[in-house]
Amino acid sequence: MCIANPQELTERHKEYAARAERFPKKVIVCCGTGCIANGAKGIVDAFQKHLADRNIKDFTVEAVVETGCHGFCEQGPLVVIEPHGTFYTHVKPKDVASIVDKTIVSGELLEPLLFRDPVTEQKIERYQDVNFFAYQHRIALRNLGKIAANDIREYIAVEGYQALAKVLTTLSPEQVIDEIIKSGLRGRGGGGFPAGKKWRTCRDVRSDFHYVICNGDEGDPGAFMDRSIMEGDPHSVLEGMMICAYAIGAKQGYIYVRDEYPLAVVHLQKAIDDCMANGILGDNILGTGFSFHIRINRGAGAFVCGESSALMRSVAGEVGEPRAKYIRSVVKGLHDQPTVLNNVETFANVPIIMHKGADWYRSIGCANNSGTKAFSLVGKVRNTGLIEVAMGTTLRTIIYKIGGGIIDGRPFKAVQTGGPSGGCLPEAMLDLPVDFDSLTKAGSMMGSGGMIVMDDKTCMVDVARYFLSFLVSESCGKCVPCREGLYQLHELTLKICSGEGTEADLEKMEKLSRSVIVGSLCGLGKSGPNPFLSTINYFRDEYLAHIREKRCPAGVCKSLITYTVIEEKCTGCVACITACAYNAITGDRKKPHFIHQDKCEKCGACVAVCKPNAIEVK
Amino acid sequence: MSDTAVSHDFSKLPHLIARHPQDPGSLIMILQEIQREYRYLPCEALKATAEALNVPLSKVFSVATFYNAFSLVPKGKRVVRICTGTACHIRGAALIQDQIENHLGIKAGQTTSDMEFSIEVVACVGACAMAPVVLVNDKYHGGVKVNTAKKILKDG
Ligand SMILES: Cc1cc2nc3c(=O)[nH]c(=O)nc-3n(C[C@H](O)[C@H](O)[C@H](O)COP(=O)(O)O)c2cc1C
Ligand code: FES
Repeated sequence: MCIANPQELTERHKEYAARAERFPKKVIVCCGTGCIANGAKGIVDAFQKHLADRNIKDFTVEAVVETGCHGFCEQGPLVVIEPHGTFYTHVKPKDVASIVDKTIVSGELLEPLLFRDPVTEQKIERYQDVNFFAYQHRIALRNLGKIAANDIREYIAVEGYQALAKVLTTLSPEQVIDEIIKSGLRGRGGGGFPAGKKWRTCRDVRSDFHYVICNGDEGDPGAFMDRSIMEGDPHSVLEGMMICAYAIGAKQGYIYVRDEYPLAVVHLQKAIDDCMANGILGDNILGTGFSFHIRINRGAGAFVCGESSALMRSVAGEVGEPRAKYIRSVVKGLHDQPTVLNNVETFANVPIIMHKGADWYRSIGCANNSGTKAFSLVGKVRNTGLIEVAMGTTLRTIIYKIGGGIIDGRPFKAVQTGGPSGGCLPEAMLDLPVDFDSLTKAGSMMGSGGMIVMDDKTCMVDVARYFLSFLVSESCGKCVPCREGLYQLHELTLKICSGEGTEADLEKMEKLSRSVIVGSLCGLGKSGPNPFLSTINYFRDEYLAHIREKRCPAGVCKSLITYTVIEEKCTGCVACITACAYNAITGDRKKPHFIHQDKCEKCGACVAVCKPNAIEVK
Repeated sequence: MSDTAVSHDFSKLPHLIARHPQDPGSLIMILQEIQREYRYLPCEALKATAEALNVPLSKVFSVATFYNAFSLVPKGKRVVRICTGTACHIRGAALIQDQIENHLGIKAGQTTSDMEFSIEVVACVGACAMAPVVLVNDKYHGGVKVNTAKKILKDG
């Protein structure tokens, strides 16, 4: 099995590429977490069962490929038939027989399974033509939904590890770093620090041990890009880490994976084992004399462990408390040795940059922000999922073209980027190009790639309260400004949400925010007040409605809202009466119902079952 | 596994610990295995780990209490994890949480007295496109609605 040298790798590539082409038609079943949750494994089983007793020319069970996440999770389970790109959504096991007999054998389309564009209401045949995919530019996610995540042969078939072979045989470590610097690749984990520069600093520190760590902690609640890459294309992350290791002179690497991502651990471990078995990882890689090992560390559920110094402590088996960075962790990191820490997506970009060259990469994106960025486009948008766009694409293109606009055609209110360290941008900012610098200037930040779309039913005070409560529970407690400051900010938002807030509280909050930013030890506290600052900046009216009018315009803050029946709309179907666990609704069949405010707990059960939308929350 | 805290089979413990390099760097990984096996960290296990790795029990305790994944009290047979990440929050996770808490008569972080169910909240399980999401043990339920929340407890 061992690949002894780069020439053998090229031969393997040819062999596996031919193998991947051996069937004229291929069925791709998305097996990302979303599709699995929707029953994708049942689809795979159904194909296996159905094909077991069929004898179809040029099509066997091996032509059914389980891939990583396509990104269009809400439409899952997804099935794509290549090479044409026939795209079926919401597939059920009972559809499998017709997919084989009609679409595969006789080339017929199954209309009901096609995707319907939410804007034009047209059915679309091929996935390339679906707006959700058409406006994307996939580099870091290049293999997702294309190759089997768990098969190293498929990765080698798409020229995987060719970049590594090229680097090891033709370039010096300095040349690799020069190329990465030239490409302009900036860290995708949030800060946007130039990757090549970090590598150079690390290489220049004299030490017998250098380390490479991949940050797969993905703490931003509402983001799943890194998860999808680790699950769907683990080899590209490993290859990126190996190239980095060669460049900085590291022999040992670690991948720190978030506790909630068990499948990512399984796939990464399989990829590591396969590489070891093939001589691509371990001692004397591809016969070049270069050696490198990778170990997986699982996080244990602490947001702060995404921060570099906390993460390194956690890898060492300790409590994940950050330290003051008088000396940066690239100089003195894991076990006090020079360490490069990069994000999953950053590493996934490295192989293709080395393969196609820095000039190619720089030609994509915009000034000072080369390449692409993956986002998890979620919230109140019609097409939710995992996307990747060229830097400089506007928010409007992302939300309205790729995302298909807001659910139920409601008005757009805000988009949140940057996770708990980021901010909310209003409608006036929709034409902002998405890149590191523009987002920061607008008072938000790129962050790791969560992009949460909000409509008029999202309360901005509640959003600020939400992020603050998240940060209060995740603050490690080591420094006072963060521990006590964020706590007080959270208490004050609670006060406003319950209608007890005053305008003096807002002033207090703005002042306190500045102290927290200046005084905190690590990025968690330094950026903690951002969700409050950006919402007060762009949505002050909404805060004032809570304070002056004791009103929550979005209908979210429980103390300030009531549920009432709109009599003209109520058909008297008694669905809400049955649904209410508190016996708060009464009324006769076919007559308008009535909600008793003294009993109503505002749990929303009635709204969820009311077909004519006759319950108003105000 | 109907029984609660007291009667555990600790004979597996030395094996669980010995599978990892016996140095302090393995502490978190060993605790994770113990957590998976017993669904919490029994006191006996903490002591055995401290001894095997030659680290003070106080350090084992500080790690065990710092990370959210660890619990010092036993968990129910079925752990209901409600995602309260941003995407799920925006789509009404708080209302789902109310429903489940009311239905089981316990709050997040607690376990029913018959040891059947525990409720936990977690900030994002990485399935944000299907928000709001609830996990029952390892099974994902996406697009949960206020009126269907109770149902998922039944089919696990
Ligand atoms: C509180 C906090 C949490 C963070 N969480 C993450 C995370 O989950 N994933 C990540 O890649 N970077 C995270 N970062 C950023 C890392 O500290 C670090 O900058 C990054 O991993 C470097 O990789 P990059 O240059 O490739 O982006 C976090 C930073 C802070 C302050
Ligand atoms: S926010 Fe709930 S799964 Fe990500």
